[in-house]
Amino acid sequence: MPSSETPHIVRSYEEDLKRLRDMIARMGGLAERQVADSATALIRRDTELAAEVVSRDAQLDALEREIEAFCVRLLALRQPMAADLRLIVTSMKISSDLERIGDYARNGAKRAIVISSQPQFASLNGFSRLAHLVQENLKGAIDALVNDDLARADEVWNADQPVDDIYNGIFRELLTFMMEDPRNITAATHLLFVAKNLERIGDHATNIAERVHYAISGHILPDERPKSDSSAYAVVRQPQ
Amino acid sequence: MSTTENSMSGSFGGVEARSSAALNSQLAIAVRNLDFVYATGGKKALNAINFDLPDRQVTGMIGPSGCGKSTLLRVLNRMYSLYPGQKATGEVIMDGKNLLDDDVDINELRSRIGMVFQKPTPFPMTIYENIAFGVRLHEKLSKSAMDERVEWALTRAAIWGEVKDRLQSSAMGLSGGQQQRLCIARTIAVKPEVILFDEPTSALDPISTLKIEELIDELKRDFTIAIVTHNMQQAARCADQVAFFYLGELIEIAPAAQLFTNPAQPKTQEYITGRFG
Repeated sequence: MPSSETPHIVRSYEEDLKRLRDMIARMGGLAERQVADSATALIRRDTELAAEVVSRDAQLDALEREIEAFCVRLLALRQPMAADLRLIVTSMKISSDLERIGDYARNGAKRAIVISSQPQFASLNGFSRLAHLVQENLKGAIDALVNDDLARADEVWNADQPVDDIYNGIFRELLTFMMEDPRNITAATHLLFVAKNLERIGDHATNIAERVHYAISGHILPDERPKSDSSAYAVVRQPQ
Repeated sequence: MSTTENSMSGSFGGVEARSSAALNSQLAIAVRNLDFVYATGGKKALNAINFDLPDRQVTGMIGPSGCGKSTLLRVLNRMYSLYPGQKATGEVIMDGKNLLDDDVDINELRSRIGMVFQKPTPFPMTIYENIAFGVRLHEKLSKSAMDERVEWALTRAAIWGEVKDRLQSSAMGLSGGQQQRLCIARTIAVKPEVILFDEPTSALDPISTLKIEELIDELKRDFTIAIVTHNMQQAARCADQVAFFYLGELIEIAPAAQLFTNPAQPKTQEYITGRFG
């Protein structure tokens, strides 16, 4: 039940709620850009872009604090109820998710700088697809919140499996490269972390979709969501 | 009055014995298909109301002015019977008896269902007499038993410490918050089963309001409580279940946490978030 159908009697409260949505949209947009640029920097071996991503992270941190303070203010001064209350509490949690996403993007960018100093030994197509997918999910989750779109939120919540599949593929591929030639280990290890970062970003996008589902419908999604990251069970077999 | 005394002592004797597990399942009052008109042939102020007051729980009633919530309280203890032309149909069942029946002893009913009003209404008497006056109508107590009852009621209403040294002074000298707690003491002194609060704190300052809310929380261990309030946060703080009324109809009734975080009806959502009309 979207709260925005009938405007609030107190116009400034309505404006506050709109401002909150705008802040989340802005933070979401910035997080998307960080993820995209971090991946581009890796794939194009662009260290300048990577450095930009690292320095831009402070903006996300500042936005998170701003959103949190604004939500606390709304809770104290407006005593929100029902859908408004859910939007405000959800926004606080989403801003933490977005801040974490920014951290992963920044970490990926730092590693991209190291990786670009190492010889290239593998195609990074998998990374490109992985980054594109998690970015799409992140955008979908934020759009769902901004537009009160429950179906979109649910779509994102259900869309994490391809992310896990690509991640598992990259994991196996990199193990193979490391076994083939120990000189690959430095770059491959960093790449493993980058892939894991992207996979975690996908999980946070799913979290956001879950929170948006609650904000819109008032119902909490079940604990179990579709997942298939099996890398935790992967084993390297020593050549005989 | 002997029947009253029996039913009173019966219900009170059992208070300690009843297990808390049984609390939620018991109903103090069940309202069924209740209609109410203020004048013969007039518009229905209450329309087909069905709801329950669970035993020893707080039921909050919210809704815009004129929605029927105060009318409902007035029906529950037959306040409307004072006015010709006002008529309730349907059932208000307490202990298997329809309180709307003509043969109900209204004095007895009001000793079982007490009411506290918006404005404190102390009698122009001493503090002691304010409490003893109502008790005398229903029971014959010795001086010492009456002293005990007065102290008990004032203690339960969390005002004993403030008035114990001035029981013989006029109640009119108390502050608004104290007067309201005195009125609550007067209500519980006759040992009712149900207490109806009609906006009990709307004339009080925030601290006095919190004292009354704390008191309601305390009283629900022994009494079933219905509270009409215009303050949604108050309903959220005090009530176990909350009923939302609109234009004489019960739109939604649900546990407080559910109604205020995720109401089922769009009308409720509009009202509690301030997007109304």
